[in-house]
Amino acid sequence: MEELIEQLKVQIIEQLNLEDIEPDDIDPEDPLFGNGLGLDSIDALELIVLLEKEYGIKIENPKDGQKIFFSLKSMAEFITENQKN
Amino acid sequence: MSSKIVVTGLGIITAIGNNIEESYHSLVNQKSGIGPISILQTIHKDNFVLGEVKKSQDELIEMAEVDPQEPWTRTALFGIIAAKQAFNDAGLDKSKGKIGLVSATTVGGMDRSELHYTSFVHDAVFNAFIDTHHAGDSTEKIADQLKIKDYLTTISTACSSSLNSIMFGARLIKNGIVDKVIAGGTDGLSKFTLNGFNTLMILDKDQCRPFDASRRGLNLGEGAAYIVLEREENAKAEGKKIYATLSGYANANDAFHQTASSEEGDGPFLAMKNALDKGKLSPEDIDYINVHGTGTDNNDLTEGRAMIRLFGDKLPAFSSTKAYTGHTLGAAGSVESIISILSLQNNTMFPNINFKEVINEIGIKPISKVEKKELQHVLTNSFGFGGNDSSLLFSKYVGS
Amino acid sequence: MKAYINGLGAVAPQETLDKDHFLDQVESYNENRLQIIQPNYREYINPKVLRRMSKIVRLGVVSAKIAMEDAGLDQPDAIITGTGMGCQVDTEKFLNAMLENNETLLTPTAFIQSTHNTMGAQIALMLGNNNYNFTYVHRTFSFESALLDSMMMLAENEASNVLLGGIDEITEESWLIKTRIGYFKFDSINSLNLLGDKQTGALAGESSAFFVLSNKKTDNTYAEITGTSTFYKPESIEETQERISNFLSVNKLSPDSLDLVILGYNGDPEYDQLYQNLEETIFNLCSVAYYKHLCGEHDTASAFALWIAAKALKSNTIPEIIVKEKKKQNSPKNILIYNQFRNINHSLILLRQV
Repeated sequence: MEELIEQLKVQIIEQLNLEDIEPDDIDPEDPLFGNGLGLDSIDALELIVLLEKEYGIKIENPKDGQKIFFSLKSMAEFITENQKN
Repeated sequence: MSSKIVVTGLGIITAIGNNIEESYHSLVNQKSGIGPISILQTIHKDNFVLGEVKKSQDELIEMAEVDPQEPWTRTALFGIIAAKQAFNDAGLDKSKGKIGLVSATTVGGMDRSELHYTSFVHDAVFNAFIDTHHAGDSTEKIADQLKIKDYLTTISTACSSSLNSIMFGARLIKNGIVDKVIAGGTDGLSKFTLNGFNTLMILDKDQCRPFDASRRGLNLGEGAAYIVLEREENAKAEGKKIYATLSGYANANDAFHQTASSEEGDGPFLAMKNALDKGKLSPEDIDYINVHGTGTDNNDLTEGRAMIRLFGDKLPAFSSTKAYTGHTLGAAGSVESIISILSLQNNTMFPNINFKEVINEIGIKPISKVEKKELQHVLTNSFGFGGNDSSLLFSKYVGS
Repeated sequence: MKAYINGLGAVAPQETLDKDHFLDQVESYNENRLQIIQPNYREYINPKVLRRMSKIVRLGVVSAKIAMEDAGLDQPDAIITGTGMGCQVDTEKFLNAMLENNETLLTPTAFIQSTHNTMGAQIALMLGNNNYNFTYVHRTFSFESALLDSMMMLAENEASNVLLGGIDEITEESWLIKTRIGYFKFDSINSLNLLGDKQTGALAGESSAFFVLSNKKTDNTYAEITGTSTFYKPESIEETQERISNFLSVNKLSPDSLDLVILGYNGDPEYDQLYQNLEETIFNLCSVAYYKHLCGEHDTASAFALWIAAKALKSNTIPEIIVKEKKKQNSPKNILIYNQFRNINHSLILLRQV
């Protein structure tokens, strides 16, 4: 799980072009949206594509993103669960 | 000199008809033009529905009566077909004053560029389409066909583009730059646009359901629509039929987000309110609103809230006609302006098809069957990316 | 109709940000594609917002900010932009990704930002500005349409201050494509040797120039714009001459009474001939300047010419590098900017000193 989280950090920074952020700046439990990292609805759509491209997981309803992308931890958990299947 | 700007010509081509008569017929018979994809070549062919104009390139070239040897984009062909109708309908005569053309488009010649782009970059087979890509190309093609030289320009403000071209057209007349204006917009469907909206996950796989609780997104459409504007005394002196008065207009910016509307619809509210102020009318005067109503979660909710803010419990009858034509983007404003004018002229409001259940948060209900009523003032809305929000106010023409 | 230029800001392939210099140290290029000297964006834009902006959006926002700061304006009553080709980087990015991945695995950001009104929208967003916001996208009419709209807004009393901008970028891909159809030169030349080059095509370039236009003069006023006009596909050089003379006479001037004309020479011999003809006929008594050796050809190049003209009128100096023919010795009181694209889109902007 930890390895996956570290990998996600790098991928997210690259995909969202978070120029000023280092992987260590992101706490896996912190919210990614709103007050946390400050991501918004367009970033959520970018993350949906990231999941499909890197992990082969397809999300059909953008509203599901809110829960999945709550934090790095929730995202990693979702990936682990869905890749098992 | 009267400052009244009136509408004296109409022209349209969309999925629900190749001209005004066919479009009106589809609207009163609640016939949608949205269906399976058969023209656009895309891998999403079986995933989405579109409001396509079911005409091939060759058929459009024939309808537009243009030289088949020249490079034509779908955007330009639609534009020529609709603008010619409006030009002829208004009996425009180049010897009677200066004529301007203000056209709008979102993606210009993309429908051809995307087919030949690899060739643009790597070989030289489709060079003729390199210079049809820019947004002004369709405008110039229309101008050349109609021999308009006095003034031309092109506006692109996403989905509000062609309300803005009508607004600017009216102001060109008021400021004495030209005497008459053909204003509207055109957009051909492209894979670029379909895929773009798909990345936003706001495309409904079935026919869209504007203002319905179960709405899932929009359907894209294509086409063009143009109206002719001139001063009232001009139109009267030339003995023209007058369809309506353009009595108010406004553009405002939501300044909230690149794609989403603010919670309370600040931009939409300001656009509607300022259009009423411009026309010196109060909310009670409005009989009907042809809303933007794309069928996306965000638009319908925030547009509804903005309407409630402005009209309170005296909300006029309203409907979205997007479920007929699809969202025609750069043409949407002028398409719906024409539908609004047809409503005024025929005292007929066209139903918001596919509506079943009100959206809980706003609790407002669009009209769901053809309704006849004496209409005086009709508002139409178009809102776009970049928070670009516009409203036009058309009124029944009363001679003075 | 008239408008005072009360503030301006530009970025271009030349140094433009240092207020103490006015084109006195010139950059020359050998690449046939003149690119904007990019400013340090972080000085102007919050990094959180910056991350999503492509080059053209950043440049638009920066030059808009400089213009507003120069005019001491917090909120314009209208934001009006012109761009011929819009956000080319984002358009190409989305288009190429779509073609390469056969319509799969596409992300929204480039699509969203490919919209032509992105610059105007981002400026509004940054300022929290709910006012009128228009974008004109008609090749070399783009900026002049935006200018006309701005002047109309002032004349209608719909606005006291308008933020007006003209902006276009040149990407490597669009440069290659347009070189292929002869719009740009193939063999490289030095940009400062633009005049007299025999090769077909222009030098490519880009710029972003923003202006605060107002109906009131201030201490910072650069110049007054007294008129603008466009005309389309003239049938002959005589029609062009007539259109220009008519425009000037509406503004109570004749070609002879102009101090300086700034012409759009872009190095393409076929179309530069038109300027040459006018220099020898209606403009034979005026001083002549040119500028596309400094910024290259692009749809909104005349916005950069306006930036030059406004600064020249305020500072009473004509930079040596733009002078082509010096026929009048006095410092200019009035300037005409005339530009044309391949004899299709012709445009005029007239300014005078205040």
